[in-house]
Amino acid sequence: MGTLVVADHDNTNLSDATAKVVSAAKQLGGDVHILVAGQNCGSVADASAKLDGVTKVLLADDAIYSARLAENVAELVVGLMGDYDAVLSSATTMSKNFMPRVAALMDVAQISEIVKVEAPDTFVRPIYAGNAMQTVQSSDAKKVITVRTTTFQAVGQGGSAAVEKIAAAKDPGLSEYVGDRLSESARPQLTSAKIIISGGRGMQSGDNFKLVEAVADKLKAAVGASRAAVDAGYAANDMQVGQTGKVVAPELYIAVGISGAIQHLAGMKDSKVIVAINKDEEAPIFQVSDYGLVADLFKALPELEAELTKLGL
Amino acid sequence: MKVLVPVKRVIDYNVKARVKADGSGVDLANVKMSMNPFDEISVEQAVRMKEAGTATEVIIASIGPAAAQETIRTALAMGGDRGILVKTDQTVEPLAVAKILKAITEQEGADIVILGKQAIDDDSNQTGQMLAALLGRSQATFASEVKIDGDKAEVTREVDGGLQTIRVQLPTVITVDLRLNEPRYASLPNIMKARKKPIDEKTPEDFGVDITPRLKVLKTTEPPTRAAGVKVESVQELVAKLRNEAGVI
Ligand SMILES: Cc1cc2nc3c(=O)[nH]c(=O)nc-3n(C[C@H](O)[C@H](O)[C@H](O)COP(=O)(O)OP(=O)(O)OC[C@H]3O[C@@H](n4cnc5c(N)ncnc54)[C@H](O)[C@@H]3O)c2cc1C
Ligand SMILES: Cc1cc2nc3c(=O)[nH]c(=O)nc-3n(C[C@H](O)[C@H](O)[C@H](O)COP(=O)(O)OP(=O)(O)OC[C@H]3O[C@@H](n4cnc5c(N)ncnc54)[C@H](O)[C@@H]3O)c2cc1C
Repeated sequence: MGTLVVADHDNTNLSDATAKVVSAAKQLGGDVHILVAGQNCGSVADASAKLDGVTKVLLADDAIYSARLAENVAELVVGLMGDYDAVLSSATTMSKNFMPRVAALMDVAQISEIVKVEAPDTFVRPIYAGNAMQTVQSSDAKKVITVRTTTFQAVGQGGSAAVEKIAAAKDPGLSEYVGDRLSESARPQLTSAKIIISGGRGMQSGDNFKLVEAVADKLKAAVGASRAAVDAGYAANDMQVGQTGKVVAPELYIAVGISGAIQHLAGMKDSKVIVAINKDEEAPIFQVSDYGLVADLFKALPELEAELTKLGL
Repeated sequence: MKVLVPVKRVIDYNVKARVKADGSGVDLANVKMSMNPFDEISVEQAVRMKEAGTATEVIIASIGPAAAQETIRTALAMGGDRGILVKTDQTVEPLAVAKILKAITEQEGADIVILGKQAIDDDSNQTGQMLAALLGRSQATFASEVKIDGDKAEVTREVDGGLQTIRVQLPTVITVDLRLNEPRYASLPNIMKARKKPIDEKTPEDFGVDITPRLKVLKTTEPPTRAAGVKVESVQELVAKLRNEAGVI
């Protein structure tokens, strides 16, 4: 028996998150297998097989998994759990969607967004927007766990596990995929970027985000936003950083025109270096910033871009 | 059709939670409590469905201590028709909450259950999905748009890469995200009216649900705190520090 990791992917590329989940899975002891459920997703299975510590990849390649609908994936995972002690997946919207369904069907409590494995049955997870850390011990025979990937190192890629094709589970036929409106960007993804620059309500318009983007391009950074900026329509929903958006922990996080509400801090306070640019010197964001610049962002951002150009970036 | 909206009483979103000195949990004594903000969005969605003639009745349910009655009243003042309080002073984990909600959904014959995507205290993001699983129903999580169309619902969801639209079979379970709507404030007359709306009191035992926790909380601790750093005087100084001191650019 061992641990099943459910791969996060888009049918073509394996998400960086999965290599981090494998690192958490290895800490549980026992074999680590990866399940790839999707359609025409052989490349994802191959990438999964390379992850260090993975001993087998299960590939369920079928049209009913093309959009990884929660009902369908949950049915498949539950059917496999006779062979495993635990199932782990990343705390992405894909896994948050199907994992609790798996837990309920198995009659076990899900442990959400663990940041540390203390023992195979004991985990640390943040609660109250990260203002408290709870150590919980599970009494369930099998564990269903989502992993906050910001705190686990990705495993290497020297492995060569076998890929085994498995049959699809039955189609519950409860839901169907209609379409996507995915944000297209040549910039790095928020959850894997080394540098992030985020804009808040202080940006005043979506058009002004160009100022943030210009700096992002110099730094090869991802662009994020506060909830206020998303609600106001300045930025897309998938750019929201925070308790109820994405949790990030880059090397450098630059918050521009963001006040630093509890909910925003919950999503970025584990960044290595934090910079805040805000015209209000009392803004709470300065309390967590390594470097604070009290300035008008409309002046500071073009200056920052020019200064980075001088460095040859 | 009938709509069930579970609402949870949680620490107010403006309050920063403090860990108790003895590590036994978070100090909630004398802390302002409110309805989970996502649940205000669910109530608003349900009430709008009633106003549009899609829903015939909006039932509000909460599982928690006696004070959760206030949270139900708030939802009734926003336009809910009646309430169900499942009273308990014990810890109720999402799986147990989902089991109780399953029983209520079946008893009431609710066609649609609308929940928050997550509660801002435990941040579990599980209850709705678990309920859908226990009921054997479809689920539409993190909704930013909901259209009911015959025996199906078309729901747009906020996902990591942007937006995804799915069509789910009714009856269903929906969990709401921030951009679905802007919840209304209850007017004074509606707050008065809500006082007369019925709230049924139940216990978990009434539904035959065992709420014994599966997770044992060993300890609760403060996260590592960050010390405030320095203020820089200019963009030049900032860039120099990031390059030479922090070494991040
Ligand atoms: C249930 C719930 C969930 C939430 N989840 C999240 C979440 O996940 N992420 C999130 O971010 N928020 C979240 N919030 C919202 C959060 O509470 C705050 O409202 C939000 O973070 C504020 O965004 P902001 O800092 O951009 O705006 P504001 O608080 O309005 O701050 C704007 C800042 O810009 C500064 N500014 C204005 N003009 C300029 C200028 N010209 N130059 C420089 N500075 C300027 C101001 O001084 C101010 O500090 C949530 C709230 C709730 C209730
Ligand atoms: C007196 C008391 C003390 C507690 N103490 C602790 C504790 O110390 N540690 C701990 O981990 N848990 C504790 N709990 C349980 C905890 O507060 C949650 O009820 C449970 O863990 C659900 O998790 P969540 O709210 O994060 O679920 P989520 O899945 O994030 O919630 C999503 C949605 O589910 C619905 N929902 C969730 N809970 C309820 C509810 N109770 N009533 C109605 N709708 C609901 C809401 O619509 C909500 O938006 C306690 C509960 C009570 C009543």
